[in-house]
Amino acid sequence: MTIADLNLALVMPEIFLLTMASLILVIDAFLPKHLQHLSYQLTQGTLIGTALLIVATSPTGRVLGMDGLFVNDQMAAALKFFIVLIGFFAFIYSRDYLRDRNFLKGEYFVLGLFAILGMMIMISAQNLLMIYLGLELMSLSLYAMIAMHRDSQQASEAAMKYFFLGALASGMLLYGMSMLYGVTGTLDLAGLSQAITEVPKEKNMFLVFGLVFIVIGVAFKLGAVPFHMWIPDVYQGSPTAVTLFIASAPKIAAFAMLIRLLVDGMHNLHTDWQDMLILLSLLSMATGNIIAIAQKNIKRMLAYSTIAHVGYLLLGIIAGTTKGYAASMFYVLVYSLMTLASFGMIILLSRTGLEAENINDFKGLNDRNPWYAFLMLILMLSMAGVPPMVGFWAKWSVLIELVHVGMVWLAVVAVLFAIIGAFYYLRVVWVMYFEKAEDMTVIEAGMDMRLALSANVLLILVLGLMPQTLVALCLRAFGI
Amino acid sequence: MPELHEFLILGAVLFTLSVTGIFLNRKNLLVLLMCVELMLLSVNINFIAFSHFNADIAGQIFVFFILTVAAAESAIGLAILVVLFRNKNTINVGDIDSMKG
Repeated sequence: MTIADLNLALVMPEIFLLTMASLILVIDAFLPKHLQHLSYQLTQGTLIGTALLIVATSPTGRVLGMDGLFVNDQMAAALKFFIVLIGFFAFIYSRDYLRDRNFLKGEYFVLGLFAILGMMIMISAQNLLMIYLGLELMSLSLYAMIAMHRDSQQASEAAMKYFFLGALASGMLLYGMSMLYGVTGTLDLAGLSQAITEVPKEKNMFLVFGLVFIVIGVAFKLGAVPFHMWIPDVYQGSPTAVTLFIASAPKIAAFAMLIRLLVDGMHNLHTDWQDMLILLSLLSMATGNIIAIAQKNIKRMLAYSTIAHVGYLLLGIIAGTTKGYAASMFYVLVYSLMTLASFGMIILLSRTGLEAENINDFKGLNDRNPWYAFLMLILMLSMAGVPPMVGFWAKWSVLIELVHVGMVWLAVVAVLFAIIGAFYYLRVVWVMYFEKAEDMTVIEAGMDMRLALSANVLLILVLGLMPQTLVALCLRAFGI
Repeated sequence: MPELHEFLILGAVLFTLSVTGIFLNRKNLLVLLMCVELMLLSVNINFIAFSHFNADIAGQIFVFFILTVAAAESAIGLAILVVLFRNKNTINVGDIDSMKG
């Protein structure tokens, strides 16, 4: 093996991000007090640079690097670009929030950058070991990000819960990987896919045994029922700035992990994992949509709505066609943009001494500020899947793929749960427009935050009116 | 030399012990941390056994990475535990229940 086989040019975005994250960590430690904002600017600069490098290294086909450990294809480039974009917006939203609560520290941005690096590695992993390392780099950074709000009882509790259930999930995933490795004798995903076709019938049981553990591990990370217990507590307990980060980008990475493991690695076991995913998806849609109705805390409500969205996202993968995978990818990208903006709205309404965590804090928002009420209206309608919002197109695309493979019953059940789910989103709209405000304090926010949030929501609106570009991008990612 | 299945049974027993430990333990968060460690170690036994009997070195490399990550993981776990103890003055699993719904 020579240095040329490593194909280092392919890994440039990751190398750049790693170097800059380490540099910022060191620079931040030596910055005088009045220059502390520099680490924020450096972080945003790093993300812009990484995004440019991702576009520059975006391949037309499938290219392997790092002696076959690393793969770069169109799906990887698109997902990485979105993760970096979401990180960029998340940092803009969180800066004022963190400053008001006295924990605007360089570590926050460094941990965020490392989490993004972990997600990028997960997306490009072509080996079980790489998937595990990327996952851990992401998770460990996220645990620490939650616990950074050191004086908050709820935040430390949320960090502890996230830590134990995350560790349990990694353990399950690893146990499954060890079984796959034992039966096939390889850690490489392409080799795994090849070896599975040659496994004799009597050993097939061990493969499925390993597969069960892998599906459980991924379901934990995605937050599919019955492995969802951590999601509501973690979303509620974490500082909102961190919640918006955990709720958006890691879901894209978990989707990529699911595709790499189940589709690239174990496509031949499709019938086995399809049944497991159907069960997870049905339970998630039911539990998420029904329990969300009873919530008074909006962060907790969005947590249950996430669980429901995960159920819908799995539908496209259940369909098992390349078009189905593309539909799921469209769903996860749209979902993360919507979640990002919704938590951004909560941050916008919060100020020192008020977390705006309750649905009642949105009362009479239309009287206080019609523009913000309008933004929240678009978000809620889009999440509920009302046409012609982009959330509708996302649900439509996964459902239509289900119908194409003949699983009409599942599509019908999904639509029924979507109708139940619309209730709690519309309740927020009701509260904003038809109830009297209790608190008429003027909503203040920095110019960058207001611009970014408006851009974020307008992007969702435009995508709803013209979804073709993003759909085409997702289809291209799967070679259609 | 023991057979492959004997190693696998040992791995499975340790894995089950650690998972039951995580779900049944109602006393102390430190015990949960030990269970997480035990879980990763039981996976290591599997990997090493498979690596030896398949005559393939990759499994043993994997084990080195798991060990390293496990060390980082317990460091973060203990750090969060300290933060939690300073806030609540307890590390009793039953008292970690301020959020419900």
